[in-house]
Amino acid sequence: MKPPPFDYHAARSVSEALELLGRYAEDARLLAGGQSLVPMLNFRLATPRVLIDLNRVGELAYIREENGWLRLGAMTRQRAIEFSPLVKERIPLLVEALGYVGHLPTRTRGTIGGSVAHADPSAECPALVCALGGELVIRGAGGERVVGAADFFQDFFTTALQPGELLVEVRLPVMPARSGWAFEEFARRHGDFAIVEVAAQVTLDERGGCRAARVAAAGVGATPLRLRAVEQIVERGGGAGAVVAQAAARAAELVDPAGDHHASADYRRHLTEVLTRRALSRAFAGVERSK
Amino acid sequence: MAQVRPISLTVNGVTRQALVEPRRLLVDFLRDDLGLTGTHVGCEHGICGACTILFNGEAARSCLMLAVQAEGAEITTVEGLGSSDGKLHPLQEAFWEHHALQCGFCTPGMLIVALDFLRTNPDPTEEEIREGLSAVLCRCTGYQPIIEAVKAAAARLR
Repeated sequence: MKPPPFDYHAARSVSEALELLGRYAEDARLLAGGQSLVPMLNFRLATPRVLIDLNRVGELAYIREENGWLRLGAMTRQRAIEFSPLVKERIPLLVEALGYVGHLPTRTRGTIGGSVAHADPSAECPALVCALGGELVIRGAGGERVVGAADFFQDFFTTALQPGELLVEVRLPVMPARSGWAFEEFARRHGDFAIVEVAAQVTLDERGGCRAARVAAAGVGATPLRLRAVEQIVERGGGAGAVVAQAAARAAELVDPAGDHHASADYRRHLTEVLTRRALSRAFAGVERSK
Repeated sequence: MAQVRPISLTVNGVTRQALVEPRRLLVDFLRDDLGLTGTHVGCEHGICGACTILFNGEAARSCLMLAVQAEGAEITTVEGLGSSDGKLHPLQEAFWEHHALQCGFCTPGMLIVALDFLRTNPDPTEEEIREGLSAVLCRCTGYQPIIEAVKAAAARLR
């Protein structure tokens, strides 16, 4: 189908976008990469009166490193991140996860901020932000605020963004030394939204113990889920096979997925265990290799 | 009713100017307003890949873009791949030689995606080609000849 009529404004700056958002309020939708919004327009599932296009807001497309964090402008294309040598070195887990986002032509247009703000419960970017404890920088008429991942994702397609606000930056902590990572996903076809996905990053101390673990699952509820109890099991016990198996079993207990026509709740729980085991095993093995 | 907007862009090296409604999809603009029907409309929601074009050099689905967004852009469609004297692009030649098309509906999308894929990965493994081409659905060749054509074209383009 074709989109219904709407008015269109191409903002040139963040301040212009905020001014337009203020003017049109709930009549407006923000257009980022368009890989989710335009299908919804074509299906007429979304019928905004005004589209505010962010694709010409050049100040929102950047990748910077600052004080142990990578700062990604909200309109940075997923493909630019995927091919960034800086991201590959500092947060290789992000590069691996982006390989699962749609297909090549999805990522040339799709943006990190668009995916995070859209908050699809099985999308890769929100899961990654959740796993790494990222921060989201939000700007509105009243100024700027920073929200942690745990508070940002609130429900299906629902975030802490308020009317009139714009997500301007995604901040992710740089991977520490002696770390390993893995992103595991199960989908019917490559490039489909995940049925279940698990992101893991582990950091060892100088004696080979696990100093820190980061694990999150998505596709198992309304929002991506950071699995702190799973992280604690490997932080206490390390990366031995039996410990990882115990952590994976705990992951399956922590999630409470709904069943749908793609997969039953039981199957999703099973996948959570299998993918957590694979992700943690591969993450620990990766540190061993990099030493 | 939203007002029509003037846009100016370059399509296959030719400057084009037009008036479009904001809701006009880029693929419909290319086909219906410019008469470039080589780019196909399939699913209209970013799944089948038949409408893939090069937008400022990168593969993009033209059913998921608005014509107004193409203001100032450089677009290449399948019509722009060969040279003006009728000579096929080496990738098109490889498709021809390997029988990489049957009905031809997906072919423009396959060619465009393969072109951008080979630009960033000039010496791909078969696995990587399969993953790259998963962006476009073909319902008749069984994909194998397409993969072989891309493999052959990669060697020729390197």
